[in-house]
Amino acid sequence: MDASFLVAQLLTGLASASSLFITASGLTLVFGVTRIVNFAHGSLFMLGAYLAVTIVPRLLDLHYSLPMFALGALAAALIVGLIGVAIELILLRRIYRAPEIFQLLATFGVVLVVQDLVIRIWGPLDILGPRAPGVPRSVEILGQRISGYDLVLIAVGPTILGLLWLLMRRTRFGVLVRAATQDREMVGALGVDQAKLFTATLFVGSFLAGLGGALQIPFKPAQPAMDIAIISETFVVTVVGGMGSIPGAFLAAIAIGLLQAFGALIIPESTLVMAFLLMAVVLVVRPWGFLGKPDAHLGARTAIEGVKSLTPLDATGKAVVAIALVAGATLPLWSDAYGLKVAIETLCFALAAFALNLLIGVGGMVSFGHAAWFGVGAYAAGLLTVKLGLHMAPALIAAPLIAGAVAAFIGYFIVRLSGIYLAMLTLAAAQLIYALCFQWVAVTGGDNGVVGVWPAEWAAARAVYYGLTFLLCVAAIWLLRRAIHAPFGYALRGARDSHLRAEAVGIDVKGQRLAAFALAGAATGLAGGLYAFSKGSIDPTLLSIPMSIDFLAMVLIGGVQTLFGPVIGAGLLHAAKDFIMPLTDLWRTWLGLTIVALVLAFPQGVLGGLAQWRARFARSRKP
Amino acid sequence: MTGAAPILRVDRLCAAYGLAQVLFEVSFTLARGETIALTGRNGAGKTTTLKTIMGLLRASGGSVSFLDEDVTRLKPFEIARRGLGYAPEDRRIFTDLTVDENLEVGRRAARGGGAGFTPDVLFEIFPNLAEMRHRRASAMSGGEQQMLAIARTLMGNPVALLLDEPSEGLAPVIVDQMAEALLRLKAQGLSMVLSEQNAEFAAAIADRAVLLEKGAVRFVGPLGDLASADWF
Ligand SMILES: Nc1ncnc2c1ncn2[C@@H]1O[C@H](COP(=O)(O)OP(=O)(O)OP(=O)(O)O)[C@@H](O)[C@H]1O
Ligand SMILES: [Mg+2]
Repeated sequence: MDASFLVAQLLTGLASASSLFITASGLTLVFGVTRIVNFAHGSLFMLGAYLAVTIVPRLLDLHYSLPMFALGALAAALIVGLIGVAIELILLRRIYRAPEIFQLLATFGVVLVVQDLVIRIWGPLDILGPRAPGVPRSVEILGQRISGYDLVLIAVGPTILGLLWLLMRRTRFGVLVRAATQDREMVGALGVDQAKLFTATLFVGSFLAGLGGALQIPFKPAQPAMDIAIISETFVVTVVGGMGSIPGAFLAAIAIGLLQAFGALIIPESTLVMAFLLMAVVLVVRPWGFLGKPDAHLGARTAIEGVKSLTPLDATGKAVVAIALVAGATLPLWSDAYGLKVAIETLCFALAAFALNLLIGVGGMVSFGHAAWFGVGAYAAGLLTVKLGLHMAPALIAAPLIAGAVAAFIGYFIVRLSGIYLAMLTLAAAQLIYALCFQWVAVTGGDNGVVGVWPAEWAAARAVYYGLTFLLCVAAIWLLRRAIHAPFGYALRGARDSHLRAEAVGIDVKGQRLAAFALAGAATGLAGGLYAFSKGSIDPTLLSIPMSIDFLAMVLIGGVQTLFGPVIGAGLLHAAKDFIMPLTDLWRTWLGLTIVALVLAFPQGVLGGLAQWRARFARSRKP
Repeated sequence: MTGAAPILRVDRLCAAYGLAQVLFEVSFTLARGETIALTGRNGAGKTTTLKTIMGLLRASGGSVSFLDEDVTRLKPFEIARRGLGYAPEDRRIFTDLTVDENLEVGRRAARGGGAGFTPDVLFEIFPNLAEMRHRRASAMSGGEQQMLAIARTLMGNPVALLLDEPSEGLAPVIVDQMAEALLRLKAQGLSMVLSEQNAEFAAAIADRAVLLEKGAVRFVGPLGDLASADWF
């Protein structure tokens, strides 16, 4: 490995840093002003790429030159900027004051809709863009061949940084953006219309996302899955740099670009892991990132309203639970095999969602990465059986133990944070584990996963396995509920509602939250283990972002204010997916629109909303 | 002064934080060119009154009218644009921004196309700020930040000002400078509501006092009557 090779590697790293920065600067800008973590930023990036592969070749047909290429990229970015404005006007504007879990879910709803839209318009196949005219395919530097376009990118990144710097320092818009990033309520009290400022910010942020997408078409094709890939990378850059800080994003992009370029020399398959490891380390050491600041005036953000009163079940509630239990226990008698399969999956999701609401509704900790524990449980069970030849029973005991232990280890760092930073660290942790499973092919089978995860012989019959799942899930939910009703649960809720007061009365807030994390992790791990045996296989989708979103959606649909809401949410979501998916190839659109509509209509969740209606109805009936 | 038509009329205003009601039917008026001191002990509801007038806190009852328009349900930015300036208790300076940039955030064209305030005019009123135009606000003293908070509000060319404890935490010399600055503004015809616990400071500037106690108006009248009653 000589010096010239290292220089070549350095340049490659800087090029990818540049390209990452362009997209990430838009995300951090939007977050700084609106405080919304915009998942749809990845979709905007994707739209930028697709629009560019459509527009640029037509312009190059007119006149084959670099300015035409640039013009096409700018046009694509401009259109994406306008799409961002539309998203702000239609959706974001209505959820600025909502708890972050709802903001996240709503913007993820947009992601789903755009995915379908892109496939509708451009089809499912990759589309490679034209090369940039006049840019040499490769340039020789110190005897190493460097892609000419990489050098262009290396120049574009700092140029964008410079232009953004001018925009932020020399224009009224920029001054207002910086002021609003610090204290948007005060900016309003000085006569600035926040709505207009936010719309303009969304334009600039989306423009940058679109530009990022458009500029990569010569070396990466436009493809339908690129939104999720880029969004997790830009999250890392944004969080590591300090949310809301553009220079921070620049530094972070360089750090990650270089880390990946040189890390790949040591362990070739470690690029994803590296990025998330960096994010996790930074969040642990400097929770606000390189140049970020702790939130001073969070404005009027409403904290999540979790489970309020823990009354024991009343007569109606007891009857409903009893009926559900009887129906569940006798299901094999009256359901067909397909119904049992759906029921097994629903039970696993219900347990995971119940555990998630222990964190969110009871503990006030919004976890964006709940799929991690589900996946760890599934991988533990699957790898132990397939690779080590363990039987199902010990594997099912190991799954919650391992998931609980991993959750406790990671939770140790997570519970010290709060709000959006806590959420981001859970996401980083989940993505780290995802990256491990995805890239450590020798052990995990990578993208394909591992097959042959079958139950023991005695449980091989579907009805028997259903019975086992039913017993274990019901027992686990019952245990969790007991814990929530015990002093442990009261202490958690106390810490959720007032951290300081809880500490003042002698509650070990961190300890309780950590215990909750481990407990939720273990329960979800059990669910994952059971799920793996029911499917017969494991693969990385089990711990991917969409899976985490599914769990959040279940909690949202059921309502964070009720203990059993998420169980019902799991049933509803899974049944709906099962029902809708075969009927239409637009199921993502429907799911996305449903999530958005739910967030807008029932910020308290469906059960919470029903409870509210009931209360209102009861009140209006009183004379 | 009380003979002039009021520009701000607060009528039976109620407000609450969550379920805890804090303001109970607070009423008073502010005449054009007048300055009133809103006084009362800690926790009496002075800050809450100003926030509710400004729309930062939703009124749970009663109304606020400004320049003969009901502004009770308007957003803070709409109220600010109608000519009501607000300098909060904790100043809420944008510490990442320079002095000039803080002023820029507050800038709005003068009503009726007049000349209005410019940074240069304000630096005359608040001479301390002139030397630190390009300094980050985070590197300013409390007194300087307080002056900046008021100057920033003035950049919006307001008709009336709501000032929450402008003298709080300032050294005596600075308090005098502040009083002088406010008197100059008053002489220019600006109306002000001054939440204040410093009796001397209030007496120097205000024409009348409104005394709050536990969120309700206890007394309205000349400041002299208050000072003797040891209400400050
Ligand atoms: N954000 C809040 N949430 C709940 N209660 C509040 C809040 N802010 C103020 N209060 C309560 O409202 C009451 C009035 O407070 P306010 O700040 O208006 O008093 P004040 O007269 O400005 O006091 P001070 O002289 O200390 O500034 C107090 O009892 C206070 O405890
Ligand atoms: Mg006060």
